[in-house]
Amino acid sequence: MAQPADPAATPAPPGQAQSRSLAGGSLGDVVFKWILILSALAIPLLLGGLLYELVKGSLPAIEAFGLGFLTSSVWDPVAERFGAWPLIFGTLLTSFIALLLAVPLSLGVAIYLTEFAPGPIRRPVAMVIELLAAIPSVVYGLWGIFVLIPFLTSTVYPWLQGTLGFLPIFQGPIYGPSVLSASLILTIMVMPYIMSVSREVLLAVPEGQREAALALGATRWEAVTSAIVPYAKSGIIGAVILGLGRALGETMAVTMLIGNSHEISASLFAPGYSMAAAIANEFSEAASTLHYASLTYVALALFGVTVLVNAGARLLIWRVGRRGGSA
Amino acid sequence: MNRRAMRRFVSRFMVGLMVLAVVIAVLPLLLILGSLLLRGAGARSPAFFVSSPAPVGMPGGGVLHAIVGTLMIVGMASLAGIPLGIAAGFYCSEYNGTRLASVTRFVADVLNGTPSIVVGVFAWTWVVRAQGHYSATAGAVALAVLMLPMVMRTTEELLKLVPVSLREAALALGYSRWRTSLVVVLRTALPGIVTGSLLSVARIAGETAPLLFTVLGSQYLSFDVDRPMAALPLVVYQYAIGPYPAWHRLAWTSALVLILVVLVLSIAARIVTRQRFGRRD
Amino acid sequence: MTLENRMSLVARSRPLFLSLAALATVACGGGGGETVQLTGAGATFPNPVYSRWFDAYYRATGHQINYQSVGSGAGIKQYTEGTVDFGATDGPMNAEELAAVNNQVLHIPTVLGAVALTWNVPGVDSLNLDGNAIADIFLGRITRWNDPRLAALNPGVALPDRDLLVVHRSDGSGTSFIFTDFLGKISPTWRDSVGVGKAVNWPTGIGGKGNEGVTQQVKQVEGTLGYVELIYAEENHLPVAAVQNAMGEFVKPTLASVTAAAAGVDLPADTDFRVSITNPQGTGAYPIASFTWLLIRPDMADAAKARALRDFLTWMVGDEAQAIAAELKYAPLPAPVVTLVNARIAALTANGAAIE
Repeated sequence: MAQPADPAATPAPPGQAQSRSLAGGSLGDVVFKWILILSALAIPLLLGGLLYELVKGSLPAIEAFGLGFLTSSVWDPVAERFGAWPLIFGTLLTSFIALLLAVPLSLGVAIYLTEFAPGPIRRPVAMVIELLAAIPSVVYGLWGIFVLIPFLTSTVYPWLQGTLGFLPIFQGPIYGPSVLSASLILTIMVMPYIMSVSREVLLAVPEGQREAALALGATRWEAVTSAIVPYAKSGIIGAVILGLGRALGETMAVTMLIGNSHEISASLFAPGYSMAAAIANEFSEAASTLHYASLTYVALALFGVTVLVNAGARLLIWRVGRRGGSA
Repeated sequence: MNRRAMRRFVSRFMVGLMVLAVVIAVLPLLLILGSLLLRGAGARSPAFFVSSPAPVGMPGGGVLHAIVGTLMIVGMASLAGIPLGIAAGFYCSEYNGTRLASVTRFVADVLNGTPSIVVGVFAWTWVVRAQGHYSATAGAVALAVLMLPMVMRTTEELLKLVPVSLREAALALGYSRWRTSLVVVLRTALPGIVTGSLLSVARIAGETAPLLFTVLGSQYLSFDVDRPMAALPLVVYQYAIGPYPAWHRLAWTSALVLILVVLVLSIAARIVTRQRFGRRD
Repeated sequence: MTLENRMSLVARSRPLFLSLAALATVACGGGGGETVQLTGAGATFPNPVYSRWFDAYYRATGHQINYQSVGSGAGIKQYTEGTVDFGATDGPMNAEELAAVNNQVLHIPTVLGAVALTWNVPGVDSLNLDGNAIADIFLGRITRWNDPRLAALNPGVALPDRDLLVVHRSDGSGTSFIFTDFLGKISPTWRDSVGVGKAVNWPTGIGGKGNEGVTQQVKQVEGTLGYVELIYAEENHLPVAAVQNAMGEFVKPTLASVTAAAAGVDLPADTDFRVSITNPQGTGAYPIASFTWLLIRPDMADAAKARALRDFLTWMVGDEAQAIAAELKYAPLPAPVVTLVNARIAALTANGAAIE
């Protein structure tokens, strides 16, 4: 909006329109415009359709369980009682652990690449990490099953249990497919998103910020902590939230690694479940109307959460962009 | 002096940590590509590309049916998603500032963040249940829904980069507005739009979740888009969670093929963009 | 405007998908002959034998039967929704599910299979289990391999002191139905707390998708115990447990012991084939066995499909196909059942008329 006015967007004075219609462009203009309008309309309509289908599909479950669905932890297809809390908990927990690990990592990389790295390696390294985002989720799952889990169960998990076993989260039998395994694969998957967006945000920080701090005698690290990161703070938070959005909705890799159990356990070594994984596993076979409606309800809830998270992230990133532009 | 040395040390230490972070971040990519090459390339044989699967537990067989399926499903999704996305992106940049443009832009951002499994549920209720059977078309619809907002946003961003003066010049020369848009603006931004489309194709080619309950899968080579069809990501999933070593080999090789397609598309797209628009960093 | 012009306009305005579809049909139909494509989905339990059958049938006739092993729950649901030409299940449809399709379904038994208990513990090569011990394991009451009750059942076996990890199905499954049906008959606690069903509220353990998924989890994680169709354990070189039957014998699942389980079945002429043969009386019978069924519409809309399906079913209960089943350790249908099935197949119709 701050950009110079687009001549095409401003209504043309009547005279001009007249002369153009004489040149034979008028019909073409109208047709062209309507094609564009209809195409643009398709996107909001799609969202409307999506919401409509999800709400319609989940109505039986909404009527049967109400909002209590989200806090109840029974998932009993035999007795037809459904509650999504274990799924929601699993989704939140895996996403939280993934962010806990991915945020420092990706911020470290982003800061290094924008502030410290030698010029020639900046772009290639960023590109390599961004390529991680291009790897399909199912390939992460495959790799997780056959490479990551065997490695974790043979070395990392026993070691964790040996040294930190006094913590309840590291107690209990080691299954392999577990909340922790799913969280670790999620860490790898969301890292490139957070890294790439925060790098963009850091690149948008004006040079003056950096130079001012250095001129005051700050070390380069102090310049980062005192001048650059605070400036880009809301954008970085936006990047993190965007990563959260990714983690919440991630399906295949989590389905393949989380162990698919509706039981909530204190141990991270125990299997769990996530909203997306439950839909992937059970949707095509939900035998009763209520089972099917409950899964659609889960999809609706997941959709709602990701919409909120993404809208929030966009807002934050947009604010930094605007500040960067006006500074 | 001591404090100064301390501050320098902290700075260096943090940089060291960050280098470590870079190493940790790059490691997974190398490990994943490494295991794909190691386990995927080893199992490759001519049969892999030219035959469809053998019965469960029998030796031999390939994934020709899935390669064809992925090409057809992604092709159909692109035919629907790319033109529509470009047109919508065009609207938002041409009629920037209208209510519809801002709504569409916001909704596209929302849809871009929507988990693909949710889109799969949507495609199931919307297409599969309405049609009464699984079909490749239903899968293509799901993928097109995922593509549309991606293509729309990249198109819009790239059209914004077309200099206003170019447009003004064309209008001043008496070009009608649609010709200005199509001939001048679109042609200028075309390479970028192609790149954006390639990237979106790369992203949906590996999508599995939206296909689970739309195309269903098939063990036959099929060209009938109104029937269930196989797809590479589905094959990877099905074979990865199965118990047979022969399946695991097929899964690794399929994943390798899938990732080569995806990476070649992404890298090509990136290189083209960089050359055209010479990003500032 | 000439007719030709108008025709081409119509052709152009057609949705692209349709013309693509037409093209594809032409491309496929090039081979000549009237081959049809049937889609089926459901049970993973008989998938190894089904995929062999459909492959053999395709080679012989050119009819493609696309079968997706997505689980019995999915098979029933997709049959009910009408999204497939036939379903497949190892847990017969219950009254509510039958009502949902107005009883318009035939359960056609195909083979007999056994649910085997399989495990992955180095050094433990054989295992005796009884119904109550299995129930307690899957209820989470027996959590160590060297539990005194397991030790009592297995004198002479060195059971290690390690966690016993349970693997069950994460999807709606006929295998789960057969398994829980058996446990429900043995253990009142099981019947009251977990129940019998294709998908139940598992009190413990990790979930694997399909028999394939459970087998894979057991293979990959040491200390696990799970239940799968016999062939999945056999093909993956996993051990299978001997389970105590109603006569008090410990019996391993084999072709003979599964056949023995079905020996006592005496079906009336008007049977709907929905019979449970878990925990049968009879010596040498393996107690966790079951028929597995195809779900067929008594009256199909498409005559060509109906004919292809009927021909397949006739071939399926014949000697050639049943011999393939035996190769894969599925027990062939008892002769009286074959007679009944053939009578039922002959009565199938297409659009109300008999199939030519």
